[in-house]
Amino acid sequence: MNTLATAKRILTQLRHDHRTVALMVLMPSLLLVLLRYVFDSEQMFNRAAPALLGVFPFTIMFIVTSITTLRERLTATLERLMTMPIGKVDLLLGYAVAFGLVAVVQVALAATVALTWLGLEISGSVWLLLVIAVLDALLGMALGLFASAFARTEFQAVQFMPAIVMPQVLLCGLFVPRDQMATVLNWISDVLPLSYAVDALTQVTTSSEVDGTLIRNLLVIAGCALLALLLGAATLRRRTP
Amino acid sequence: MRAIIQRMSNAVGVDRLRVVRGGREVVRGVGFDVPRGSVTGLLGPSGCGKTTLLRAVVGVQVVASGRVTVLGHPAGSAVLRDRIGYSTQSPSVYADLTVAENLAYFASILRAPRGDVDRVLEEVGLKGNADQLVTTLSGGERGRASLAVALLGKPEVIVLDEPTVGLDPVLREDLWLLFHRLADAGAALLVSSHVMDEAARCDRLLLMRDGALLADDTPDALRAQTGTQDLEQAFLALVRQ
Repeated sequence: MNTLATAKRILTQLRHDHRTVALMVLMPSLLLVLLRYVFDSEQMFNRAAPALLGVFPFTIMFIVTSITTLRERLTATLERLMTMPIGKVDLLLGYAVAFGLVAVVQVALAATVALTWLGLEISGSVWLLLVIAVLDALLGMALGLFASAFARTEFQAVQFMPAIVMPQVLLCGLFVPRDQMATVLNWISDVLPLSYAVDALTQVTTSSEVDGTLIRNLLVIAGCALLALLLGAATLRRRTP
Repeated sequence: MRAIIQRMSNAVGVDRLRVVRGGREVVRGVGFDVPRGSVTGLLGPSGCGKTTLLRAVVGVQVVASGRVTVLGHPAGSAVLRDRIGYSTQSPSVYADLTVAENLAYFASILRAPRGDVDRVLEEVGLKGNADQLVTTLSGGERGRASLAVALLGKPEVIVLDEPTVGLDPVLREDLWLLFHRLADAGAALLVSSHVMDEAARCDRLLLMRDGALLADDTPDALRAQTGTQDLEQAFLALVRQ
């Protein structure tokens, strides 16, 4: 109930901010178009695009949520909400539902553009591809919520993007396959959630088989998103010093 | 027996409250009661600890020691969350929502009845601004939008941190009349201000300086005690004592 009220409130806030909505919904698609013409080869695009279908929404959702929740913390609306009958998890789930819906639109558009116009070919199910990409966006969102707890200003919050998102992008197997990395880097990439997302996306592109590895990867992404969300709830305090 | 009746008629009881912020004791052993059906003013210069004290009453402040009881429960108890109205010093409403959208969100969190949004808009005189985005409001209007949220759901205890700052005299007059109407209907109001000429409008006064209470009495009794006509002079007399 409070979760849905909060989700509705956040979507209404977005509705008043056309520019942000346009940027969130269009940006991944535009970046994919750009990438297609940068490579100028359908084959190379086919190799990178599925991973980026996860990475772009992941990154954008991270930034948007970390800033929005930080703003909530800074403008005293959070203090007011904490005196009201709303659970901390309710509030964060409200964010999750609202931004999750935006992520669905964002990913659906990017996937449609990639599959129809840009000539992306995948062997597995398109629906599965969408599910994984939306999970990535939710993961980015949950990490953004969590990271916002450690930022005092919006300026700091933006700096978390290179700190938390970029290493995952570099190590997720997009640039160099993970098994070809130095052992230590491979270990690090094993504990970063985005690696599992890219593994899953790559698998859906190259095979139509839904096996144990794919299921495990999906569970890891969902589990990490949930964990980050709960950790984020734990950083919200009703009483502050 | 008289003492028990006294306690029952008090909505808020504060006893030997101490708050330490950043290594400094900002509330130093404060005790007072806020009776039901009256307006209690908390007056004192900027930085004397008023906001911290109010935050302790609504249960969002970490306190070092002492007791704060609201409606018979420890401050911050879950059962109090729909019985207290609180407005922070800086307006705690969403800038990117309209006034009515803000109120509708908080009303749904508080499970306030449908007509409440219209009622509080009327009370703070923002009926004509209902569909305006908060960011386009003047500072005074924004403050009243934030005040309106505190009145949703007919709270029994209303805590307002500097609600009349930056308002023109006519509006200020209207708001003080509103506060007394709410008190006459049975609510306990605790209202802070750093403007001494508002002191005369309160039923009871708490004068605060440097984290301690200088006085806790009616305006008339304070004038009599200090032999002054003006409450500003009374305050000075108390400081010099």
